Amino acid sequence: MDILIQQLINGLVLGSVYALVALGYTMVYGILELINFAHGEVTMMGAMVAVAVMGMLMGAAPDLPGVWVALLGLLAAVSACMALGYVIERAAYRPLRQAPRLAPLITAIGISILLQNIAMMIWGKQYIPFPRILPEARHNILGASITDVQIAILGLTLVIMAGLVWLVNRTSLGRAMRAVAQSKSVAQLMGVDVNKVISATFLIGSGLGAVAGVMVSANYGQAHYYMGFLLGLKAFSAAVLGGIGNIAGAMLGGLLLGVIESLGAGYIGDLTGGFLGSQYQDVFAFAVLILVLVFRPSGLLGEKGVERA
Amino acid sequence: MKMFRSRPWLGISLLVAALLVLPLVVDASLGRSWVRVFDFALLYVMLALGLNIVVGYAGLLDLGYIAFYAVGAYTWALLASPQFGLHLPFWAILPIGAGVAALFGILLGTPTLRLRGDYLAIVTLGFGEIIRIFLNNLNEPVNITNGPQGITLIDPASLGSFSLGQAHSVFGLELSAPHFYYYLFLLFACGVIFISLRLENSRIGRAWVAIREDEIAAAAMGINTRNIKLLAFAMGATFAGLAGGLFASFQGFVSPESFNLLESIMILCMIVLGGMGHIPGVILGAVLLTVLPEALRYVGDLQRVTLGRVLIDPADLRMLLFGLALVLMMLFRPAGLMPSIRRKREFSETGQP
Repeated sequence: MDILIQQLINGLVLGSVYALVALGYTMVYGILELINFAHGEVTMMGAMVAVAVMGMLMGAAPDLPGVWVALLGLLAAVSACMALGYVIERAAYRPLRQAPRLAPLITAIGISILLQNIAMMIWGKQYIPFPRILPEARHNILGASITDVQIAILGLTLVIMAGLVWLVNRTSLGRAMRAVAQSKSVAQLMGVDVNKVISATFLIGSGLGAVAGVMVSANYGQAHYYMGFLLGLKAFSAAVLGGIGNIAGAMLGGLLLGVIESLGAGYIGDLTGGFLGSQYQDVFAFAVLILVLVFRPSGLLGEKGVERA
Repeated sequence: MKMFRSRPWLGISLLVAALLVLPLVVDASLGRSWVRVFDFALLYVMLALGLNIVVGYAGLLDLGYIAFYAVGAYTWALLASPQFGLHLPFWAILPIGAGVAALFGILLGTPTLRLRGDYLAIVTLGFGEIIRIFLNNLNEPVNITNGPQGITLIDPASLGSFSLGQAHSVFGLELSAPHFYYYLFLLFACGVIFISLRLENSRIGRAWVAIREDEIAAAAMGINTRNIKLLAFAMGATFAGLAGGLFASFQGFVSPESFNLLESIMILCMIVLGGMGHIPGVILGAVLLTVLPEALRYVGDLQRVTLGRVLIDPADLRMLLFGLALVLMMLFRPAGLMPSIRRKREFSETGQP
């Protein structure tokens, strides 16, 4: 029983991260119908920048409390990733908005490889440890343990999600985003500055990705130039699971995928009589993705889309 | 040029002669390792032409293409190595490998091809990773793939008692394994090129292009879009399976490491660079991207001479340049270095939805 609860907690923490990254995919997809392949790498950049800035801060101001260092690192990561997301959209996606569908998709893959290799050249191929500056106390809940970092991840995710829901449903920017998602040309006729809205979407999505990247590296205690690839793939699976283009769906899909993966990895050994072990954890996300695409391609919360010519 | 156009057989026979002497010239001038480079160039020509059917003709972005290559290679490795003690002859394994790869293509394509193209990119990406994870871990509890160590001592291809893996003296020339494989690969590459050429203007080839340009319109014209897309997928997988088998026999060793995502991306780069859907362009792209990275090695030497140490590992530089090439090609020359006429028009059109 306590193992089940432990796996649930781990799954929810992991799922929070997936959800935040999935939001970035789903928002861009909702507006541009583009899978932003580079989003996973933006997340990775967030983690790397945060770790680097924290290292610098600890050298420059050794008596700054650890939580402040972490917050400043997070802030630096969010700003850096927002800038990165903005530049990517302006330089690589905007010129191709009228091109055949395959073109922006291939560009996105190129950007993704580019970012990965730039990160590798700056920070090297080794794992970079996340500085041990955050409190490491463990708490007991029903026989399972949860760390302060994990509690902070869950809390922060809830706050961010609430903020995003408010932004999309209650502000004029949010209304503009929904309008552009429905139809770019009609939104433009109604006086919405479509380019500005798309830029804003990339800014928000990249910012969320940066937060998620910092969370992952804080939770596992390390960052790596290749971490964005698998994270991005899984987050995309989460977005599809929830219904791509649907913001609530991305949140639900992320959390659900985290739990599925965690429980799956915990129990697959028993289920298959020891034939498959927890090294197959990474397969679950793809299995979920394929199953969703086969049985419910519009996802859990998505509407049935009609293909338009 | 005019001389060749009026007498096409002259150009063709010159080309054939050049291709036949190429390994001998390369061996004498650049060294034996460069013969191997050209062997790989031919393998990549086969792979790129296979992917070209999927991406170039049918417009389906397949990012896990290398998985089919892996399936072909492992099929050969399992059927002709001490792993299971099986040593089937190569004319038996090659069709099996290609068939198994095609089967995987159909398995993957059936659920996903009903969907929009961009989902396919992600699913194939995931599939490529799944295959690699399984190859890496299927060494326990039952040892099938021998895990990360891979399978060694794979039989070389042989015709009767003539093994391509050893040096022989032919017509007074001392030829080694890379030479023989060069001619074997050349033969298969020509076969793949021939099939691609015949497909291009066939009923099926036209249906692929119709689907690429407008799926709904193609369906309205009576094309069974799902089956035709599935055919493209299976056909591409077959070529990859074939190339995979040849790779295993040539290398004598396979491990999951050889089949990572970067390989898929590299093959995609080849067809994007050369010109999607245009056979000469794709061949050019494949040869360029196999030979140029080899030349990049000299960049490492150059750094050592000028800077005293290797600042940037040429192997890393390679991936960086691939990424950059993909982006720049799409932005500035989206139809490729050597585009087909149709593509050129497609990309120069503006205001398309």
